[in-house]
Amino acid sequence: MTILLYLIPTALTLGGLALAGFLWALKSGQFDDLDGAAQRILFDDPADTPPKR
Amino acid sequence: MNALIDIAVPVQSACLHCGGPVSAGERYCCAGCRSAHQLVGELGLDQYYRQRQFDPAQRRPRPEANHQGSDLSAWVTTDESQAGGTPRAHLTMMVDGLHCGACVWLIEQALLRQPGVITARVSLSTRCLSLAWQPETTTAEHLASIVESLGYRLVPVAPDCLRNRDEAELKGLLRAMAVAGFAAGNLMLLSVSVWSGHGDMAPGTRDLFHWISALIAIPAVGYAGRPFFKSALNVLRHGHTNMDVPISLAIILAPSISLYETFTGGEQAYFDSAATLLFFLLIGRYLDLRARRLAHSSAEQLMALGGEAATVILEDGSLRDIPARDLKAGQRALVHVGTRIPADGTVTQGESQLDISLISGESVPAKVGPATHVYAGTLNLIAPLTIAIDKVGDATLIADIKRLMEAAESRRNRFIRIADRIARYYAPFVHATALLTFLGWITLGHLPWTSALLIAIAVLIITCPCALALAVPVVQVVASHHLLKAGILLKSADALERLCQVDSIVLDKTGTLTVGRLELQPGYDLQALAIAARIAANSKHPLARAIARAGGDLVPAAPVTEIPGQGLEWASTDGLWRLGSAAFTGQADDHSSDHVLWLLDPHGKAASFHLADPIRPDAVAIVADLAKLGPIEICSGDRSAPVAHLARQVGISTWHALQMPADKVRRLEELRAAGKHVLMIGDGLNDAPALRAAHVSMAPTSAADISQNAADLLFQGDALRPVTLAFAIAKTSERLMRQNLALAIVYNVAAIPLAIGGLVTPLVAAISMSTSSILVVLNSLRLNARRRRQNPSQEGA
Repeated sequence: MTILLYLIPTALTLGGLALAGFLWALKSGQFDDLDGAAQRILFDDPADTPPKR
Repeated sequence: MNALIDIAVPVQSACLHCGGPVSAGERYCCAGCRSAHQLVGELGLDQYYRQRQFDPAQRRPRPEANHQGSDLSAWVTTDESQAGGTPRAHLTMMVDGLHCGACVWLIEQALLRQPGVITARVSLSTRCLSLAWQPETTTAEHLASIVESLGYRLVPVAPDCLRNRDEAELKGLLRAMAVAGFAAGNLMLLSVSVWSGHGDMAPGTRDLFHWISALIAIPAVGYAGRPFFKSALNVLRHGHTNMDVPISLAIILAPSISLYETFTGGEQAYFDSAATLLFFLLIGRYLDLRARRLAHSSAEQLMALGGEAATVILEDGSLRDIPARDLKAGQRALVHVGTRIPADGTVTQGESQLDISLISGESVPAKVGPATHVYAGTLNLIAPLTIAIDKVGDATLIADIKRLMEAAESRRNRFIRIADRIARYYAPFVHATALLTFLGWITLGHLPWTSALLIAIAVLIITCPCALALAVPVVQVVASHHLLKAGILLKSADALERLCQVDSIVLDKTGTLTVGRLELQPGYDLQALAIAARIAANSKHPLARAIARAGGDLVPAAPVTEIPGQGLEWASTDGLWRLGSAAFTGQADDHSSDHVLWLLDPHGKAASFHLADPIRPDAVAIVADLAKLGPIEICSGDRSAPVAHLARQVGISTWHALQMPADKVRRLEELRAAGKHVLMIGDGLNDAPALRAAHVSMAPTSAADISQNAADLLFQGDALRPVTLAFAIAKTSERLMRQNLALAIVYNVAAIPLAIGGLVTPLVAAISMSTSSILVVLNSLRLNARRRRQNPSQEGA
């Protein structure tokens, strides 16, 4: 059963990483504008590339 | 690229920029749109025109002619201590006229292409633009003018104004939910292995698992349980109890006693139950709060901030733009055509007509001249006016109406939501059962107190209403989704419950039973209309607009002069044409209730056009349907004759005319005193206090902004059918809510004997909690199935 000593911390670390990721995303404002985010993907042209065509 | 677009759409009837109507052969409706289209082309942002989708509820992106930007410095914050030493200026502005993602993209890209701009981000949810720039390179006014020249209107806001309490609370709940979900998932992994290894597992391994569980559960519960602890402490301090008290007890006691068990090497631990319970409860709480949060209205912000600019005439005769809230009584202000009067006052110079629909709901403009009293919020239509301001800010009529609304709100009986009503009886029951179990096992069962406490906790957990907490919010989420598809916006979460109690209905006339705009009535001469429409296209007067619309927005005739309050004159090649009132065209005025315009040709031949505000197409049928619910009456600010006429047409026998806002509120209070639950449907600013005073209220989306704010439900379109549809959905969801609550309680109560008997192991608790929650959610989703059966066509839309 010593495998548990590796498996449990691994499971907890992975879960913890996901939690930390979610909390970070929440904090950095990625859930502030869900309507906008859904539409934003439809537009290309990042801001720093001047239009050349 | 720009040229390509132009060739691709050679024949079109809409303005290239704003999509509004244009004269034949023209590509733009105005010079503002032409330069906006040019600006977009120069910036290389043509993609906007291909990808945008107009939202009919928003105004067209048509730049306002000769708009003068106001001074924004009061709202700009600058922080000097940026890395690199370059100062940064910040400004948050509300954007009016956002249609879709393309608008967001256009504004952001246009700003980011300006030198000095560091960030520009528009949120489609909050309709806010946050800007950061280098103050030495550019100015706020310049950046704002770019966005305004694209056709959007900007209102500066204080940045902390938007981060309101609800927003922060929602975020907090989401964070708590994430933590509880993480804990619940991992604890379940550990618990399942303990349960499945029951008997085979060595005590040492089990204890290790319990210790790890404790390590996860205790901090998680401590963090994620805070919303419940706070609420429980709050009610206890006031000497009451609510459902949060047993919840808090359960989620504090369960891990505590489990920790004790772990210390002593006991077999049972409720760590997972505490976390799972918390997770389910937080989901319910989050859905509930999200539904309760009122739809943001840019209009309320506009009003609250006094964001509109006013032009003051200084002592030396020069003009200055200042925010309307900085006006002082005694100052003189110039009101341009097409702008709103900034404060209550008296006209000193100029003659014009005002659109007073914001105040009275009337569609016909009022004539004003020197010495006429004018109210803040009315729109100047024809000629510039100079007014002497006598009342500002809180003293204006609009502020009065807002105060009337607040007073009505505070007098409204506090509606107690069905879930709260049940919780009120249920909470003491839970406390008592748990306490009796504890005492019973000690005195009668002679158990040590720790074991008795363990059983009491099992009772608390089993009776804890996680299904009860989900029962109402889940139905609300599903119902509001359905309403939205039918063009109805649910603004307050408990409006559906209140709608079910309605047994009396009060309607406004203009804009509610009628469409709220003038339309040409049949019986006119087609040739005369063609000419009248060309003349009328020069004016912003509602009667003229109606004629121009009926004629199909033709090329305006020129040169046309407008004589305020009388009509239009066109000096054509073959003589002088006149379009206007009976007096202006030399006709006998028959004083009929309709609005009549006359067209006089150069040879003295006259043609008449009758205009009226048409009834909503299905008004008669819907009124008949609503009459089954209870007595219906009309409360209108209009004169008696038209109100009586309309009442007869739609088949309503009770009507009240000449009602001021306060009269309407008084009428609603009479009805309430008589024990009625009134549904109020209205649209004008004058209806806003009544909308607040009613048990539940609805407004069309064409309503004055402030009324949209006051109403509980908003509906789109020219038909009244959404009203009955809302009733139908409300009835169904009410039934589902009751079923859910019954289901949840039956489930809980059935498990209580097991818990009291000490037969509930952590495994049983976990299973019963999850299944009751899932049952409730599944039952709520039946609303989907039911509506699909009833409305197969709507579902496809």
